[in-house]
Amino acid sequence: MLDASYVGRALPPTAPYRVGREKIREFALAIGEGASVCRDVGAARAAGHPDVVAPPTFAVTFTMPAIEAFLRDPAFGWDYLRMVHGDQSITLHRPIHGGDDLVTTIHVDDLKTRGGSHMLTLRCEVADTAGEPVATTRLLLVTAAEEARA
Amino acid sequence: MTEAGDELPPLSVRVTRADLVRYAGASGDFNPIHWSDRVAASAGLPGVIAHGMLTMALAGRLVTDWAGGPAAMRSYGVRFTRPVVVPDDDEGALVEISGKVTAVTETDDGERIAKVAITAAFEGKTVLGRAVAEVAVPSE
Repeated sequence: MLDASYVGRALPPTAPYRVGREKIREFALAIGEGASVCRDVGAARAAGHPDVVAPPTFAVTFTMPAIEAFLRDPAFGWDYLRMVHGDQSITLHRPIHGGDDLVTTIHVDDLKTRGGSHMLTLRCEVADTAGEPVATTRLLLVTAAEEARA
Repeated sequence: MTEAGDELPPLSVRVTRADLVRYAGASGDFNPIHWSDRVAASAGLPGVIAHGMLTMALAGRLVTDWAGGPAAMRSYGVRFTRPVVVPDDDEGALVEISGKVTAVTETDDGERIAKVAITAAFEGKTVLGRAVAEVAVPSE
């Protein structure tokens, strides 16, 4: 049984995640991103960036583990194993760079149960350790609602 | 100068099982439906499927390659409408990505933003729905 009292709430902020240069390079390689600003600090600085630039979807590498921890928490009651990713959006208030220390706060924005499925909308507010906004991500996750059929 | 109606140079990407393993490690998404035929079948899938976030990232490259780099992206959203099934062979799955500028606006601080509607297809069928990116483009 899902605990609907989470809707409208924010979870405690994560510990700061240090964005590693090598993690950005590894992620860029995995998505075939060949831009020198993602791989070479000198090229990034020459283009006016403080350090290597993360590809736009890089934020999943540190927001997804936080989301997974929440969804696997029996207190919430989500069927993690049969989950499907419905949609995803990312707004970048500025590019993410190597060396950033980023804190993620998950907001449980919406939960609907329809046609035997739970549809959960989560929002991650990503900020630096001074509290300046860096990125906002939103995602819709869908999983089977067993109790709806019982 | 970028205008509504401009088409972006299309991008075709082959995704192999090796690419899925590499993306799993880089992203931390080790869901076995992206590497185990057994688990994919038990989940009712036709086979191992690509991470939706990998497809999203590949389609994002269409836009940032055109706009001049990954730092140009301001916002990007997709719906995952159909899975990309990746066979266990050397060819993998072919994802064909195209895009068209639907609007160009100027922000209060004079930055020109192009809104791009993206199409990503696998075996002739769309795999991303409502895929829209907003990127900064040069003013002249």
